[in-house]
Amino acid sequence: MLNQLRPALVLLTVLTAITGLAYPLAVTGLAGLIFPARAAGSLIERDGHVVGSSLIGQNFTGATYFHGRPSATSAPDPADPSKTVPAPYNASNSSGSNLGPTSAALAERVTGDRDALRAENPGQPVPVDLVTTSGSGLDPDISPDAALFQVPRVAKARNLPEDRLRQLVAGQSEGRLFGLIGETRVNVLALNLALDRLDGR
Amino acid sequence: MTLNGWMQIALYCAVVLALVKPLGLYMTRVFNGERTLLSPILAPVERGFYRVAGIDARQEQHWLAYAGGVILFHVLGFALLYAILRLQALLPLNPAEQAAVAPDLAFNTATSFVTNTNWQSYGGETTLSYLAQMLGLTHQNFLSAATGIAVAVALIRGFARASSGTIGSFWVDVTRATLYVLVPLCIPYALFLVWQGVPQTLGASIDATTLEGAKQSIAIGPVASQVAIKMLGTNGGGFFNANAAHPFENPTALSNFVQMVSIVAIGAALTNVFGRMVGDERQGWAILGAMGILFLAGVLGTYWAEAQGGSVLNGLGFAGGNFEGKEVRFGISTSALFAVVTTAASCGAVNAMHDSFTALGGMIPLINMQLGEVVIGGVGAGLYGMLVFVIVAIFVAGLMVGRTPEYLGKKIEAREVKMAMLGILCLPLMMLGGTALATVLPAGLAGPANAGPHGFTEILYAYTSAAANNGSAFGGLTANTLFYNSTLGLAMLVGRFFVKIPVLAIAGSLAAKKTLPASAGTFPTHGGLFIGLLVGVILIVGGLTFFPSLALGPVVEHLAGAAGQTFATGG
Repeated sequence: MLNQLRPALVLLTVLTAITGLAYPLAVTGLAGLIFPARAAGSLIERDGHVVGSSLIGQNFTGATYFHGRPSATSAPDPADPSKTVPAPYNASNSSGSNLGPTSAALAERVTGDRDALRAENPGQPVPVDLVTTSGSGLDPDISPDAALFQVPRVAKARNLPEDRLRQLVAGQSEGRLFGLIGETRVNVLALNLALDRLDGR
Repeated sequence: MTLNGWMQIALYCAVVLALVKPLGLYMTRVFNGERTLLSPILAPVERGFYRVAGIDARQEQHWLAYAGGVILFHVLGFALLYAILRLQALLPLNPAEQAAVAPDLAFNTATSFVTNTNWQSYGGETTLSYLAQMLGLTHQNFLSAATGIAVAVALIRGFARASSGTIGSFWVDVTRATLYVLVPLCIPYALFLVWQGVPQTLGASIDATTLEGAKQSIAIGPVASQVAIKMLGTNGGGFFNANAAHPFENPTALSNFVQMVSIVAIGAALTNVFGRMVGDERQGWAILGAMGILFLAGVLGTYWAEAQGGSVLNGLGFAGGNFEGKEVRFGISTSALFAVVTTAASCGAVNAMHDSFTALGGMIPLINMQLGEVVIGGVGAGLYGMLVFVIVAIFVAGLMVGRTPEYLGKKIEAREVKMAMLGILCLPLMMLGGTALATVLPAGLAGPANAGPHGFTEILYAYTSAAANNGSAFGGLTANTLFYNSTLGLAMLVGRFFVKIPVLAIAGSLAAKKTLPASAGTFPTHGGLFIGLLVGVILIVGGLTFFPSLALGPVVEHLAGAAGQTFATGG
């Protein structure tokens, strides 16, 4: 095996240099030239400040904005770094809930969220994406049904007619690619930015 | 299940099938050392490497020397990656100032990437510097994939050659797989991903102020270049903890579709390389046919289970299927499809959390891995895993009719069957043995996040994924502990080498044999009967070995869930 040491060492070195350095750096250079905004994370600026990325969901809690899905991400506990505390939409630590299909904790969480949503908009069926966490905890989208479900709350909080908000949701809905691939969805951050523009903020 | 869901699945299968022939032809030319489209650019580079390395490209190796090269390459690659992980704090390109990776986690991660498993005990954005992701992980993504392709090509040569003492040169095969196949496909693919929204930057994480005035720190980095090879090389290790569910790894429905295609593209095309090299393309299609039957059965099962729901959600009045752990842009159909694709191939990337799948929906990915990932499989590893089952199937057919079994004119004798069984049996040993150990030791029982049968399935999935070199997980399991890092690392090593080395032994012994002309008594191996026999052998071997473990986990959970039972942790 010793006579193979030289080929092994040389090939490992040159192939590592090509695949581990030259390739990622070349792609970085080309991507920065051709798609600079996307290579940098599809950031959205408003009034000169970065308000987020169009691909990363953020945590909306107030009544005046449309909310995204529940998020299972966490962050280190400031009091004890060996533990974690819930931190929804923590974009430095993506994660799902990993609760299984017979988990009592899942049943409890979904029941709580469902009842809160029912109280907010009685009589309407609660869309399933509003009570389930996403795989990444950073899902930027909700279904159009989930956006429409929240229209009465947002309209009331903003003193806007519900019809205008429904139009807004319809305008922000993205269909399937070629009518076939993917699912119809609404980007929550884009929807809320459009909402602020509509409302003159 | 919806019509749209099935149309997406049908379109997916059509695209994969359309790529088999062109990619198969190209790779055949590459590994036969013939001229290709890229030769004018790459041939001088390749010759330069050989000159420095002291390699004569025409000098072929006996199977023992080939296997020695494989092992040496893995050992050195492991040492390099381990060193980078341990030293990342002192090296450049570390804007988030990540500390050195702990020894047991570095062992697990290095083993994981060298064996093409890419099990994620590490947390991506929370653990690794950019340099560790690029120079460390990305390079092993390429080289472990290239090694897998090389071993598959060596085995094909064993079938294709007659009375030959050699099976090719490992050094030439691994160089060509990297230079001619993986790198040229990855560059445009990575740029496509950036176009879809995957970041590719060396800048530090972004501090945003959200519309509601909160701070959000957004991790980014050189993501696209790593995602391209992690899919194409069936590696599966994510830049981010959430892997391909993360919007920065997999931003759109189109990126998701292309990623699913790229996971199986090379593996499926290798069946065509096999057919071409043995001089009868139908032999390759027969193998792909057997893979296709198992694949479609898996898709049907998982999609049905997820669309039915069957979790606590149904009990609470949400009838539209199981959406926990899934992303809106992918929906249920392509989340289910992705889960089957990633475990049929030995990829292990996930676009939805398998831990939150329904009991039966999560069982199918588990079965895919337990069968040895022979359905398309990892680049190279799937084809040679399948050919090992072919040897057993041919042997069984020979016993039934009382003739010495033959495949492609090669007599299958005691040595080949023994080596094939060694390769097949080492997997259940590590999968079931590891699970048994973890379910009796306190260090193992501390791992599961879910209670009841689901907790058992989390452990079973972990050892199955490690031994099968898949790398996907029921992510609730706390696996970054000394116990799990070391035992799962061991399972990965056994799962890799105790299949690879027997396969190379088979290649060596087949290459040395004479090729017998086909006669009237030869069992044809390109027709439906052979495909049926092969599928049957795989299912019988897998079923007999793994049914008891599945009964204790997903089956019990399904029945308990149907009866409305839930399980709470901690009492």
